[in-house]
Amino acid sequence: MTASSSMPLMLAASALDPVITAVIAVVVLLLLGAGLAVGRRRSGSGDGADGDTSTSLQERTVDDVDATRPEVEEELPEVPDTPEALLEPDEAAPPAVPPVEEDLGLGERFRRRLTRTRNVLGASVVDLFGKGVTEDAWEGLEEALITADVGVTATLELVEELKRRSREEGVNDADGVLRLLKEELTAALGEADRSLGRGGDDGPTVWLVTGVNGVGKTTTIGKLAAVERRDGRSVVLGAADTFRAAASEQLGVWAERTGAELVAKDAGADPASAAYEAYDAAEARGADVLIVDTAGRLHNKTQLMDELGKVKRVLEKRAGSLEETLLVLDATTGQNGIAQARAFLEAVDVTGIALTKLDGSSRGGIVVAVQRELGLPVKLVGLGEEVADLAPFDPELFVDGLFAELAG
Amino acid sequence: MFDSLASKLEAALDRVKGRGRLDEKTVDATLKEIRLALLEADVNFKVVKGIIERLREQLVGEDVAKALNPSQTVIKAVDAELTRALGGESASLDLKGPAPSVIVLAGLQGSGKTTAASKLAKHLKAKGRNPMLVACDLQRPAAVEQLKLGAERVGVHVYAPATSGDPVPVAKESISKARDTGCDTVIIDTAGRLHVDEVLLDQASAIKDVAGEHGGVVRTLFVIDAMIGQEAVNVAKSFADRVGFDGVVLSKLDGDARGGAALSVREVTGTPILFASVGEAPEDFEAFHPDRMASRILGMGDVMSLIEKAESTYTEQEQRQAEEALMSGEFTLEDFLDQLQMLKRMGPLQGLMGMLPGMDKQLKDVDLDDGQFDRVEAIIRSMTPQERRDPKGVLNGRRRKRIAAGSGTTVTEVNRLVKQFAEMQKMMKQAAKQAGGPGGKGKGGAKGQAAAMRQVQQQLGAGTPSGPGATGLGGFQGLQPAPKKGKGR
Repeated sequence: MTASSSMPLMLAASALDPVITAVIAVVVLLLLGAGLAVGRRRSGSGDGADGDTSTSLQERTVDDVDATRPEVEEELPEVPDTPEALLEPDEAAPPAVPPVEEDLGLGERFRRRLTRTRNVLGASVVDLFGKGVTEDAWEGLEEALITADVGVTATLELVEELKRRSREEGVNDADGVLRLLKEELTAALGEADRSLGRGGDDGPTVWLVTGVNGVGKTTTIGKLAAVERRDGRSVVLGAADTFRAAASEQLGVWAERTGAELVAKDAGADPASAAYEAYDAAEARGADVLIVDTAGRLHNKTQLMDELGKVKRVLEKRAGSLEETLLVLDATTGQNGIAQARAFLEAVDVTGIALTKLDGSSRGGIVVAVQRELGLPVKLVGLGEEVADLAPFDPELFVDGLFAELAG
Repeated sequence: MFDSLASKLEAALDRVKGRGRLDEKTVDATLKEIRLALLEADVNFKVVKGIIERLREQLVGEDVAKALNPSQTVIKAVDAELTRALGGESASLDLKGPAPSVIVLAGLQGSGKTTAASKLAKHLKAKGRNPMLVACDLQRPAAVEQLKLGAERVGVHVYAPATSGDPVPVAKESISKARDTGCDTVIIDTAGRLHVDEVLLDQASAIKDVAGEHGGVVRTLFVIDAMIGQEAVNVAKSFADRVGFDGVVLSKLDGDARGGAALSVREVTGTPILFASVGEAPEDFEAFHPDRMASRILGMGDVMSLIEKAESTYTEQEQRQAEEALMSGEFTLEDFLDQLQMLKRMGPLQGLMGMLPGMDKQLKDVDLDDGQFDRVEAIIRSMTPQERRDPKGVLNGRRRKRIAAGSGTTVTEVNRLVKQFAEMQKMMKQAAKQAGGPGGKGKGGAKGQAAAMRQVQQQLGAGTPSGPGATGLGGFQGLQPAPKKGKGR
C-alpha cells in the first residue's frame, strides 16, 4: 500500500499509453470508491525530469522576453527618479541604528519592537488554565495554536503530548502547563545553528535566496545587504530574477540604498547564467558576500523548480558549495508553507528559512510545523518594513508572539 | 501525509452503510473529520465552527438508506454548504455609471496587486472596455516600473506621473487623464502594507474618495493571496470595516494551496470573490467559481460533477458488473473495451481526466484526442475473444500481423498495447487484492476499496513526470485553475 513497495509498478506505469492510463484511471476511480477517496502521494523523485528542463526553460525565456522591455544596465543601473521617500530608511539607517551588538547587530532592536508581545504566552496560558487543567482549557490551547497557523496535525500532537506529560508529571496549574508548553514548543523548534554560513578566504560567501511569489525575497536581500554593509563587508547583489517585470530595478534600488553593487542581465536572460556572471563579478571585485536573488515561483510548478535547481547547480559549478540557500516564507502563510518548504528543500536543498512580515498580527506558526516536519531551521526574521527590521531568529520571542492575540 | 477526507469519511460512515438514518454519534465522527480537513485547508477557526454547526443540523437524521454510499451523501452536503458559504453563484463586477468607472486594488504586501492590475486590465479589455492603469504604489521600489511594463505587455494605457510622494493627487488626476484619453475604466494600483494599519486604511479611503468625485462608480477590490492562513479573516475584516470593499481577487490560485482563506473572507465580510488569478501570464485571470473552489478546499477536485456524470451514465447493473470485473483481478481487454465504451458515453475523455482528483497536471495535459481511443478500440475489436482474454498467451507473429492489418494499425502498435495492458493488469491485480479481492479476503468494504483506489492512483500518478509540486498538504492541481496548455513559461 505504500508508494515505495510498488516501485516496479510505478516504473511500468510510466511507459503506459495515455489512453490506457486515462481509461483505467477513470474507471477505477469511479467504480471502486465511487470516485471519492482521494489519495495523496509523495513524488518519487523530483529530479528525474532533467532532460526536459532545458527545453522548458527555453520556452519560458523565449515566450516571456519582452522585447519592449527597457534595458537593464549592468551594475548599479540608474534608477530614474529615485524617490526620496524610498531613500528615507537609508538616510536613517547607518547613523541612527545602534551599532553592531551581536550576530546581525539587531537583536536588541528586534527585542524592543516585540516588547508589546512579551509575556503574552504566560498571560494567555494563565487565562486558559487559570480555572484548572480542564478539557476546555486544552481545547482553548488547541484553538490558540491553530489560529497561529501552527497547523492541525502539529497542534494535535503537541497538545496530546502536553496532556500526557501533565498527567504523568502531576501538573495541575497554569504555571506547570506554561512550563511544559514552552519546553515542547522550543523542542519543536529545535536547537539548530541559526547563524548564516560564511566561506573562507577563497572567494565571496554566496547566499542564494529563494521562495514563492510575493514573500519578500528582494526586500529581505536588501535588508541583509544593509546589515552586511554596516558590518563593513563589501556586497554584490546578483539579480537572477530575470522574469518578473522590474525585479532587477527593485534590487537596484536596494543596492543603491545600501552601497552594494548590482550585477544584472537583461530581462528574460537565463537566470543560471545571470547567477554565474554575478559570481564572476563578485570575485573580480574581491567582494565579501554575494547575495543572489531569484524569481518567485510557486513550488508546484515543476519546470520552474527545475530551473531553480539549475541556477543552484550552475552557481555551484563556479563557486563551490554555497554557504547558504535560504527559503523566504511569509509569516501570513497558512498550511501551504509546509508544501513550499518541502518542495524547495527537494529542489535546492534549502539550508535555512527567513520568516518575513512577522509582526504583532501575523504569527508565522507555520514554521513550527516546518521545523518539526522537515528540520529546517528559521535563521532570520523580518519584522517590519524598515531596513533595520531584520534579526536573527529567537525561538523564545517567537513562541511568545504565537500567543499575541489571546492576550491582546 | 495528508490522508484524504473522503477515505476518512468512508471509514466513519462504514457502519451505517445501508442502515437508514444518520445518528448523532456517526454525524459527530464525520464532522470531526470535516472540521480537521477545513482547518488543514486554512479555513478560519471560527468560520469552521459555524459551518460544522450548520452541517450538524442538516445531517442528523438524514436518510441514507437508499444511498449506495453514505459518504457520498455527506460529501454532497458538505460541498453544498461550502459552495453556499463561498457565495453560491459566480458574481460579476458592476461597472455601470458615468465614465470613467474606477477600480481600486488594495491588499497586503506581496498579495499580487500589481500583477493583478494588468491582468484585470487585459480581462476588461477583452470585454470591450478601455482601461487605464494608474500607479499609486509609490512605496515599493520599482513598483511603478513594474506596472508600466505590465501595461505595455497587455497593451493598455498607463498613468504613472510619479514614483514617490503622495499617491492621492495621482489618483485624482487620473480621472481627467482617463477622460482625455478616452478610457472608460481606471484601475488604481495602491501600495501594500505589512498588515492592515491606519496608514493603509487612510490612504485607501482617500484614494477612494478622490476617485469618486466625478460621480462615477468606484469599486474597491481586495487582493488576497490564496496561500494566506488564519490571519486572512482579521485582515479582511478590518479592511472591510474601515474602508469597505466590493469584491475579492484571489491570487496565486495556481499554487497548490487549498485556499480555505477565500471561504473565511467571504463568510466574514459577505463580499463576493470576483476573480481568481491562476498563473503568471496576463491571461491567467478568470471569474471565480464558488462550486469548484468548494471541492478544492475539501481536496476533492471536481469529483462531484464526475459522480453526477457517472450516475447518469452507468445503470446500477452496469456499475456492479464493472466492479466485479475489476475486483476479480482478471480485468481483460474485453472488460477494458466495455469500459472504454462506457466512458465515451460520459463525454470527451480529456474532460473527464481533468476532473480527476489527485491526478498530476502533466497527466491531465496529455493530449487525448478521440482518434487515439479509436485506434485502441480498433485493435481490440480486431482480436478474437480468446485473444482478448489472454493476449500474451495466444498471440504469435501471424496473429499480430492479422490484428494490425484488421485494425489499420501497425504490429508495433499492437505490441505496445498488449505489453502495456499486461503491466496494467498486474497493477489491477494488486489493487484488487487491496480491495478485498476474490473470495472476500483482505479488508473489503468501502475502506478496502478506497485503499485500492488510492494505490492505483498512486501508481498512475507516479508514472508521470512529476515534481515536488505533487507532494504536500496542498490541494490538487488544476482544479480551480484548470491551466491551459501551450502557454509559455
